[in-house]
Amino acid sequence: MLETIPLTLDAVRDVAKACFDDGWRLVTLTAVDTGEAGFDILYHYDKDLVMKHYRLSIPKETVVPSISPIYFTALLVENEIIDQFGICFSDLVLDFGGALYLEEEVRTTPFCKVSVAQKQC
Amino acid sequence: MARTILPFGPQHPVLPEPLHLKLVIEDETVIEALPTLGYVHRGLEKLCEVRDFNQMVQIVERVCGICSCLHALCYCEGLEQIMGIEVPRRAKYLRTIWGELHRMHSHLLWLGLFADAFGFESLFMQFWRVRERVMDIMEATCGNRVVVSVNVVGGVRRDLTAEQCQWIEQQLVIIEKEVRQLTTTILNDYTVKKRTVGKGVLSKETAYQLGAVGPMLRGSGWAQDARMTGYAAFDEIGFEPVVEHDGDCYARSTVRFRETLQSIDLVRLAIARMPAGETSVNVEGALEDDTPHPIAGGRAGTMQRFKRDKHARPADVPAPNLDLPAGHVAVKVKGKPDGEAVTRVEQPRGELMYYLKGTGAKYMDRVRIRTPTFANIPPLLAMLPGCELADVPVIVLSIDPCISCTER
Repeated sequence: MLETIPLTLDAVRDVAKACFDDGWRLVTLTAVDTGEAGFDILYHYDKDLVMKHYRLSIPKETVVPSISPIYFTALLVENEIIDQFGICFSDLVLDFGGALYLEEEVRTTPFCKVSVAQKQC
Repeated sequence: MARTILPFGPQHPVLPEPLHLKLVIEDETVIEALPTLGYVHRGLEKLCEVRDFNQMVQIVERVCGICSCLHALCYCEGLEQIMGIEVPRRAKYLRTIWGELHRMHSHLLWLGLFADAFGFESLFMQFWRVRERVMDIMEATCGNRVVVSVNVVGGVRRDLTAEQCQWIEQQLVIIEKEVRQLTTTILNDYTVKKRTVGKGVLSKETAYQLGAVGPMLRGSGWAQDARMTGYAAFDEIGFEPVVEHDGDCYARSTVRFRETLQSIDLVRLAIARMPAGETSVNVEGALEDDTPHPIAGGRAGTMQRFKRDKHARPADVPAPNLDLPAGHVAVKVKGKPDGEAVTRVEQPRGELMYYLKGTGAKYMDRVRIRTPTFANIPPLLAMLPGCELADVPVIVLSIDPCISCTER
């Protein structure tokens, strides 16, 4: 079973900075729709082929601090999560405005179980 | 000096798939590059909600044709982890063999495309000619050339006979000889070096910080390869990654060339050490024809075509074995996936990661796929500023971009 470390919203950037300084590579982020509870965002880090996973559980319509100013590579996956789940990230280094894959006029969030969110951060 | 925005792609002679880059240039020098994606996004991850966990094997194989075997392997290993399935050892070796054959054909394909990108068409044809032998092996052993569809949850659906193993080893001798004949051209030719040495340099530190994977990372001096984690049979075969240190297009092409030769050795080792035994466990709810069997035609029917039309089969490709081996199924596993898992395998283009979440139902709750090109685009954006416009196609191609993987 997957072991994850709980993460709070305030600690997202601090943990990312600590991982960056300690030589951890960001593998990716994974967003999971947990239904009424909101979303889980998993941050997957790797060092010497050992992975650790942080789990951020948030209610819907929470704005999450972007880690792209620390890990530039996060910019694509964070934009993808905006497209697919409508989760908003603050201070993205490159914001595609919810149109990384989808057309700009598409305002639904196709990966949510119930797609009602509007992608306006 | 005035700046110009130049669109590169989505349709471009060097791009097999649509990637659009907005290049901000001053004179002939690139200042900035911004990507645009979304031309081939299919939402395949979402299909896990309407296709059961066994059917999803066929879906993930179609994330990318070139790496289909490794997508299925990564997905199946994740599910086996969640369901606590112990895969038979023979199946692990078979997975290794087909996985490395995929790496060989992918690298040979890329080496050909790369040669074509800098105008070396005869080299392109030579690499693709060699690649055909690898494709013949896959067609003769799996019934398909590209989407081989050998992996199932719990093992593999095909087996190799002793005659097939012997024939593969004979083919590997020819492939190795033909690949080695191209060594001087791909590694020492003046034109090749002129177009690749010192182009698109990615330093060791930058490669790691920007999350580069695969030959991009190893070409910059990092000995990191998911095969070192010991998935499939790599824990028994052993593995040392190919590393180059210059971080330029030449280093990346050298890594891929040397990995092609390394894969030949790995296939030989896997064949030599492959134990006898079962090839799969039987997972409840699996598709009816997921029962493992060698080249029975099945849905694809390719081998049935071979059987009907003798002219469709090259003379040196052995006739497919249509007999089912006895005792190939070990035990039956009951239950549905309930839990989470993260698995990684090394695709030809780099590290592939799957996150899987099941809730005890026949449909997965979430399938998340992080492909290597997705990880290699940010390093590409860092490599392009400062380069000459004429070098952009070579640098873009040096990451071996697969956009159908990236967008899924």
